[in-house]
Amino acid sequence: MMADSGSSEEIAVIGNTDLISDESENNLINTMVERETALLRKMEINVTEAEKRSGKNTVNMQETYTVYLIETRPAETVPEGGTPAVPDTLWRRYSEFELLRTYLLVTYPYIIIPPLPEKRAEFVWHKLSADNLDPDFVERRRVGLENFLLRVASHPVLSNDKIFFRFLTEEKGWREAVLETGFQDKVDSRLKSLSAMFRVKNPDKRFTALKQYSDELNTVISHLLRVRARVADRLYGVYKVHGNYGRVFSEWSAIEKEMGDGLQSAGHHMDTYAASIDDILEEEEHYADQVKEYLFYTDAVRSVCRKHELSQYDLEMAAQDLAYKKQQKEELATGIVRVFSLKGMTSKLFGQESQEQREIRLAALEQSIQEGEETVKEKNAECQEFVRTAWEDIERFKEQKDKDLREALISYAVVQISMCKKGIQVWSNAKECFSKM
Amino acid sequence: MSEHTVPADLSGHMLDLDEDEDLEVFSKSTSLADGSSMPNSPSSMVNQYRLEEDDEEQQNGNTKDIFITVDNPESHVTAIETFIMYRVLTKTTRSEFDSCEYEVHRRYQDFLWLRSKLEENYPTLIIHPLPEKFVMKGMVERFSNDFIETRRKALHRFLNKISEHPILSYNQHFKVFLTAQELAPHRKQSAGFLSRMGETVRAVANSVRGLSSRPEEFTLMQEYLENFSNKICSVNKVTQRVIKEQREYLDELKQYSPTYVQWAGLEGELAEPLKDVASCVERCSKETEEQIQHLSQVLLPILHEYVLCGETLKMQVEVDGLADRVEMANNALKGDWSHWQNSMRTDLKSAFISTAEKNVEYYEKCLAVWELFLLSQRVEPRKELDEEDVS
Repeated sequence: MMADSGSSEEIAVIGNTDLISDESENNLINTMVERETALLRKMEINVTEAEKRSGKNTVNMQETYTVYLIETRPAETVPEGGTPAVPDTLWRRYSEFELLRTYLLVTYPYIIIPPLPEKRAEFVWHKLSADNLDPDFVERRRVGLENFLLRVASHPVLSNDKIFFRFLTEEKGWREAVLETGFQDKVDSRLKSLSAMFRVKNPDKRFTALKQYSDELNTVISHLLRVRARVADRLYGVYKVHGNYGRVFSEWSAIEKEMGDGLQSAGHHMDTYAASIDDILEEEEHYADQVKEYLFYTDAVRSVCRKHELSQYDLEMAAQDLAYKKQQKEELATGIVRVFSLKGMTSKLFGQESQEQREIRLAALEQSIQEGEETVKEKNAECQEFVRTAWEDIERFKEQKDKDLREALISYAVVQISMCKKGIQVWSNAKECFSKM
Repeated sequence: MSEHTVPADLSGHMLDLDEDEDLEVFSKSTSLADGSSMPNSPSSMVNQYRLEEDDEEQQNGNTKDIFITVDNPESHVTAIETFIMYRVLTKTTRSEFDSCEYEVHRRYQDFLWLRSKLEENYPTLIIHPLPEKFVMKGMVERFSNDFIETRRKALHRFLNKISEHPILSYNQHFKVFLTAQELAPHRKQSAGFLSRMGETVRAVANSVRGLSSRPEEFTLMQEYLENFSNKICSVNKVTQRVIKEQREYLDELKQYSPTYVQWAGLEGELAEPLKDVASCVERCSKETEEQIQHLSQVLLPILHEYVLCGETLKMQVEVDGLADRVEMANNALKGDWSHWQNSMRTDLKSAFISTAEKNVEYYEKCLAVWELFLLSQRVEPRKELDEEDVS
């Protein structure tokens, strides 16, 4: 990727107020590459193209879909005047990316898995198409998919995953390989139900707080994106209406003698002004995408919190179960019934059981208790391990989020500055033309 | 064109009147949209004029010897009605005026009267329109501050246009309007009858009008007026539309800044930059508000006046069909026509320039706001990397 830039200077500084959208995109990518993983030291990853395909789907219906070209090449510096190595390439469609992500979600439940770009365009202002096959949407999705791959490739844990590596390098047979891992068996169906509440008695307070933060962030970013889209819509209207000045001034100049030239040339500047909004809003869309990524990240964060709840719940259930069994043993040993049980009742009704029977039962309980203790120990260890590894990733994520979003805000300011500079130029030119009237 | 000349050196003339002291006391009026402010003393009037370089006046070859302002709208309530009285201040060095300054109070009806007298007396001349009696669109309250202010400015412009006109400026009725404490007795004379007369004349002219008796020039003028009227109407409509879109943009913008503040409330490190962005957006909102105001108060009223002008002129040109007055009308109207065209060009040019300047100012202010934000993030604006960077 860095070889693509062509400039021998580093592009990393975002302070250039005349930054165009490609450059700010590069900046984000360069930031990720800075956090070098073994994988990224080895290879460069790009999603370079998108193509329409049609074929028959699983129910033998004709469908049109888009495939994306993943290019990988060894990450060596290209010698002066030399040509970069020919990349390895393969095509993937969106559903394959989804499969990869699901695999990662299940295999690394304690990791905040980077989100995919949206399946359908949301928060669009009306001129932007919401059609999945629209070339602009496809282009933005291409960028989003590349971003996703780079996020995974720069993650200290995820980048080492073999399936991920094969996703990048093996076109055929990858699908089978993923399914062969049997990850689908590990999917806890309880997680699918979003509304299921686990009565967890002692959740880790940090996770509770994190979940709340994640939910609130989701709400606030959604709101922000919606309002921004409306603002963009209105701004578009303002600029485009000025195009009418262009037309009318031009017509008017035809009937005037002294004023004609001034009006005519002012009219051209009005046309320029009206046309300039398209590029401005396209640049702004990149900012919206950067913010949107973190909107989708909130789902991944929430997912990790839920998994913690689940593992904590299992632990508590196991502990509860153990406690019950211990109590049963105590009752059996001392004969004092503290807890109602059917067996207890029936034995009272139908006479005491024999000593032999009691001993068999006690032995079984002992066994069960031992197993239960093992289970609790296991679950406890699992839980603690989960909390430890998850929290490590969460800290990493928080740092990444603060850095990325700050840069996104900066890039937003850069877009505004570019818009203002263009405005100053156009209206200064127009003023000059009016002066010649 | 005028038969009256003003002595180049006024100072000797003024000292005779011995009124300098009184005039110093006169307070400066509120600043007006067209930028002119009341001179403090008669001798300073000429100096002020020279500094301002009003090119229209230079065209006429006259120095401006009469200054009129319309201000101080005040509500008057009587048993029958409520209306607004405007103060009309005149300062002049003209000899036909007994005094150097006059302060009178006039209501909208009085202006209507004045204009109809002028039309009567000079049916072939171009007389600037008055603001409309009622505003149909937008349901503006009759006595809302905006409405009164817009009207006041238009009335001010109207009187100034008259005073700048080489012929109209010396009309008796105009003088009476500016000087008489009570206009009512003057108004009672023959007002209704003659204006009805005027209407009849026009009606006859319209029916008698024949293309064959029409000189080429008037056909061209009529064609031009038709087109001009169209175009100025369009510009007016576009401007109204721009204002409408700007207002809707502003409404959305006002909701935008709070979302960043809301987000900042959830964050730690990110809170500061988020709050900064919020305040940048808010600042830009305020600038947008000012920009809209400028459009509504400076550009739109002028365009509106010229829409009215266009309408009035189209009617007037038809009057020239009166066979026995064609000769006279030719010369008077032609001269007036070029006066009007220059006036129109000056007015519109200055309004457009003012709008362009305001827009540049708007973008400059917003630019400063966002550049300050970048600096606060300790990001240095870099020099251009390549020549082809578009600034």
